[in-house]
Amino acid sequence: MLEKMIFGRYVPGNSFVHKLDPRSKLLFVFLFIIAVFLANNTITYALLLAFTVLVILIARIRFYFLFNGLKPILFLVVFTLLMHFIFTKEGALLFEWKFIKIYEEGIRQGIYISIRFLVLVLMTTVLTLTTSPISITDGMETLLNPFKKLKLPVHELALMMSISLRFIPTLMDETDKILKAQLARGSDLTSGTIKQRIHAVVPLLVPLFVSAFKRAEDLAIAMEVRGYRGGEGRTRYRQLAWKNRDTFVIFLFAFLVAVLFWLRGGN
Amino acid sequence: MKEILSLDHVSYTYETEDEKPHKAIDDVSFTVQDGEWIAIVGHNGSGKSTLAKLMMGLMYPNEGKIRVFLEELNDETVWEIRSRMGIVFQNPDNQFVGSTVQDDVAFSLENNGVPFEKMVPRVLDSLAQVQMEEFLDHEPHHLSGGQKQRVAIAGALAMEPQMLILDEATSMLDPQGRDEVIRVVDDLKRAKGLTVLSITHDLEEVLLADRVIVMNEGKVMMTGKPEEIFAHGDVLESIGLDLPFASRLSRELRKHGVNIQGEHMTEKELVNELWTSHFNK
Ligand SMILES: Nc1ncnc2c1ncn2[C@@H]1O[C@H](COP(=O)(O)OP(=O)(O)OP(=O)(O)O)[C@@H](O)[C@H]1O
Ligand SMILES: [Mg+2]
Repeated sequence: MLEKMIFGRYVPGNSFVHKLDPRSKLLFVFLFIIAVFLANNTITYALLLAFTVLVILIARIRFYFLFNGLKPILFLVVFTLLMHFIFTKEGALLFEWKFIKIYEEGIRQGIYISIRFLVLVLMTTVLTLTTSPISITDGMETLLNPFKKLKLPVHELALMMSISLRFIPTLMDETDKILKAQLARGSDLTSGTIKQRIHAVVPLLVPLFVSAFKRAEDLAIAMEVRGYRGGEGRTRYRQLAWKNRDTFVIFLFAFLVAVLFWLRGGN
Repeated sequence: MKEILSLDHVSYTYETEDEKPHKAIDDVSFTVQDGEWIAIVGHNGSGKSTLAKLMMGLMYPNEGKIRVFLEELNDETVWEIRSRMGIVFQNPDNQFVGSTVQDDVAFSLENNGVPFEKMVPRVLDSLAQVQMEEFLDHEPHHLSGGQKQRVAIAGALAMEPQMLILDEATSMLDPQGRDEVIRVVDDLKRAKGLTVLSITHDLEEVLLADRVIVMNEGKVMMTGKPEEIFAHGDVLESIGLDLPFASRLSRELRKHGVNIQGEHMTEKELVNELWTSHFNK
């Protein structure tokens, strides 16, 4: 089941979106999330949705793949939609059946909120699908650099993130190994009462934690002997290159905002 | 000959809360010359890793002095000295810092502030030296143990060190991985005159060394050429070390009354001795 979940996963590719600098992508998605709240009528919401679909097309992500991977989240979207249909009681009454009354405003609100939610999820998924975790980390680090002045440990956070990402597969393998070792010793994780199952997890977690601490200690030593002493005076092997297409993306965003302002209903 | 490293009556005790602390390193002195290959052997807990950590300045001796590149190791010199030494540890997974092979090799370069233009050729060059240049973008979990250790060596080589320390770098590898790593180090030592200090349990590896230091309970028990060391087979066995296979076999043969002379460390030597000794009769 986890295999199918694509939220937060990276799929290498060669599209325009894949080739963008992580900084422009991150900046774009971050600003887009804010811009979504500018929409307040049918045409602006339609515009957001159309724009998102366009981005997905340009990134050459198959809709079926997205739909499959985001099923649990889509379920949530449909759920919000229904909640609004049923519980918002404003505007003209459109439909009545026994105790269910659906109002015009309910339908509108429901659709708007769902689009907002959907567009946010889709945009962030496109970001993670088209950008490798290392690039995201690099991009974040450079973008957050100005905040160093405010004593935000930007370099340390980025390093922490990249090391965690690097160790996920290692720890997964380890969990698997320990699991098999415990199964071979007769531990049973799949049957029994909840309490018994929780008890069975303990012998899995303890060795995992012990080894994780050992790894952390070894890694710290390995980093120190290789000259690591914080971000000060460090150079970077991974260079980010801001290209024309990245500037274009920023202009595209400005254009989108302008159109949103122009089309949104005054109130 | 130029001195690279010297230990002068070094002792070290770990700070622990419990009972009477014992000296992990007890009055150790030796000198390593430029271009030498030194092997350090000893049973588990004899203080080999502690010695390596002391040499890298991860902690300082309680007594005695350590001199590296003719400079005394202390807080002021430690970073400069580290940048001229490389060390590879036992566990291949726990020393892989970067997310890909090239990131990992570049790690020490980044730390030492090497500019980007110089980093790229150095990374490629170091990887070529360990025959891993095709794996630039590979992630660590897609590499074998031996490959990871070779990347670790490349990472150590990137700063163009004068001395390479291997702390049981081959002990977690399968025989094939071990051979790969040993071959790479051997080539490097020949090609670049690198000084190698290898801490090892593997007595076949010891045979490659110019000089062997035997550690026992924190003390230096013996030093000498491999053949001199293996001449004291009984002593080595008494402190829990294995002898190379050929050496063991020749001892057993002698015990059973086969008339052979001298020490035989490799199978080839033993075979030669066996067939020539029969000729003479
Ligand atoms: N972090 C530590 N804290 C306390 N004591 C330690 C620590 N590390 C090692 N020791 C002790 O110091 C002694 C020497 O340990 P060291 O790790 O140097 O041995 P070693 O020769 O490398 O052994 P091995 O062959 O198992 O790697 C041992 O008695 C060990 O228990
Ligand atoms: Mg050790």
